[in-house]
Amino acid sequence: MKKLWYEFVKGIFRENPIFFIVLGLCPTLAVSTSVNNAIGMGLAATFVLVCSNAFISMIRNFIPDKIRIPCYIVVIAAFVSIVEMVMKAYAPALDRALGVYVPLIVVNCIILGRAEAFASKNTVVSSIADGLGMGLGFTLALLIISTIRETLGAGKLAGLSISNTFEPAIILSLAPGALLILGLIMGGIKWIKSSRL
Amino acid sequence: MDNKFFVSSSPHIAKKEDVSIVMWTVNLALAPAGIIGIYIFGLHSLLLVAASTIAAVLTEAFMQNARRQKVTVSDGSAFMTGLLLAYNLPPNCPLWIGVIGSFFAIAIAKQAFGGLGRNIFNPALASRAFLLAAWPKHMTVFAKPFAYGVDAVTQATPLSLLKEGKASGLVDMGLSYWDLFIGNRGGSLGEVCILALLLGGLYLLYKRIITWHTPLSFILTVGIFTWAFGSKQGFFQGDFLFHILSGGLMLGAIFMATDYVTSPITKNGQVIFGVCCGLLTGIIRIWGGYPEGVCYSILIMNSVVPLIDRFVKPRRYGIVKVREEGKS
Repeated sequence: MKKLWYEFVKGIFRENPIFFIVLGLCPTLAVSTSVNNAIGMGLAATFVLVCSNAFISMIRNFIPDKIRIPCYIVVIAAFVSIVEMVMKAYAPALDRALGVYVPLIVVNCIILGRAEAFASKNTVVSSIADGLGMGLGFTLALLIISTIRETLGAGKLAGLSISNTFEPAIILSLAPGALLILGLIMGGIKWIKSSRL
Repeated sequence: MDNKFFVSSSPHIAKKEDVSIVMWTVNLALAPAGIIGIYIFGLHSLLLVAASTIAAVLTEAFMQNARRQKVTVSDGSAFMTGLLLAYNLPPNCPLWIGVIGSFFAIAIAKQAFGGLGRNIFNPALASRAFLLAAWPKHMTVFAKPFAYGVDAVTQATPLSLLKEGKASGLVDMGLSYWDLFIGNRGGSLGEVCILALLLGGLYLLYKRIITWHTPLSFILTVGIFTWAFGSKQGFFQGDFLFHILSGGLMLGAIFMATDYVTSPITKNGQVIFGVCCGLLTGIIRIWGGYPEGVCYSILIMNSVVPLIDRFVKPRRYGIVKVREEGKS
């Protein structure tokens, strides 16, 4: 039980896929313009991550070593298709906002990386814990970046206007702003870590 | 110094000049342009200069403290960044733009890259590009010269009039070359008075802080390029004097393209740097989306300075070129 808890928590903080492993930056930079998009993207990726981790862990003894990556991709693509269809049916606005980045979850480095590094070597239960932790860590990181970008770059929070006198810095909701904010957060984490030692 | 018998490597004869003397000399050379800018645009521009420089110096001290380094604000480099940034802002823009711009210039464009001597991009220009993308509304409205105390009176710059097709030449704008030369036009705070900028530039040349290579090749290239392609009637009919005297060309060529940290080391490299800056400026002004291209052209060329330095190496003393036989 303790080991399961460890696998779950490590993805959220110590091995956060975005701030520490620096994987899956394409959706991070593209989708973190608003909090709504970030939550939608994070939960979609978490669902795919948990399901694909569980499934790949289940069939890990049957997958031939030489063609394991195509096998992973097929499994991941199946779950992404489910997510995309569900999103199109029940949250069409979110689907339009996320655009091409929903199908692109198939090639998300975090999901493929966890399949290769964790699910193919561990039991189903710990793979689920790992996927859940990594997915929530991804969602948390997206949430932090998008909160900063939406408040400072668009003057809104979750789509609601926060102030009339505040003049948002438009650059932060553009692509360079995403790189700036991500870099500053990662620098800040390094700074806190180095000053604690 | 207690120990008078210290051992050091060559060179043993050194000038007294150090970073702080160079920086304060450049600050002195920048002064006339700023004083005339304040005279032309009124009290608000003085406040803007003060706000930017104070914010730059405070940010430098704060960041060096946070990075646990020696605080070196007295060397004048942060002061210069704040000053240059203020010169690049519209004279009527809100003071907080200057403060945030200075913070960005020092904290992100300079200290985040490792401080003085390690920044890839000119901090003042990087910050101006940031501000232009962040608050375009404030960064593209310019006060009319000699309209003291009236906040609402604004005027487009000659280059933006040209870009938007509202005027085809100086006569349409009601200006003369003399107006451009002494600074009687809309524009950024410190870029309008060419006379004062030239005075500062000559002083720096006399003090041997800068050499003629970068500024001259930059300005000449813009002149030739706009002469060749600047007119819609045909080649070699462009108004090159107008292009040389307007926009931020003089300020950029004399004070920002010559920044020691972000420009090539060798003379040949500096000429390449200046010519490429000039070409990019001409291209952006004539065919690009923005009316002015000096800021972006210098920033783009800053990023290739390591490449230039790599391929244009100074010849080492005593090395003779040996001509290989069989090759002509």
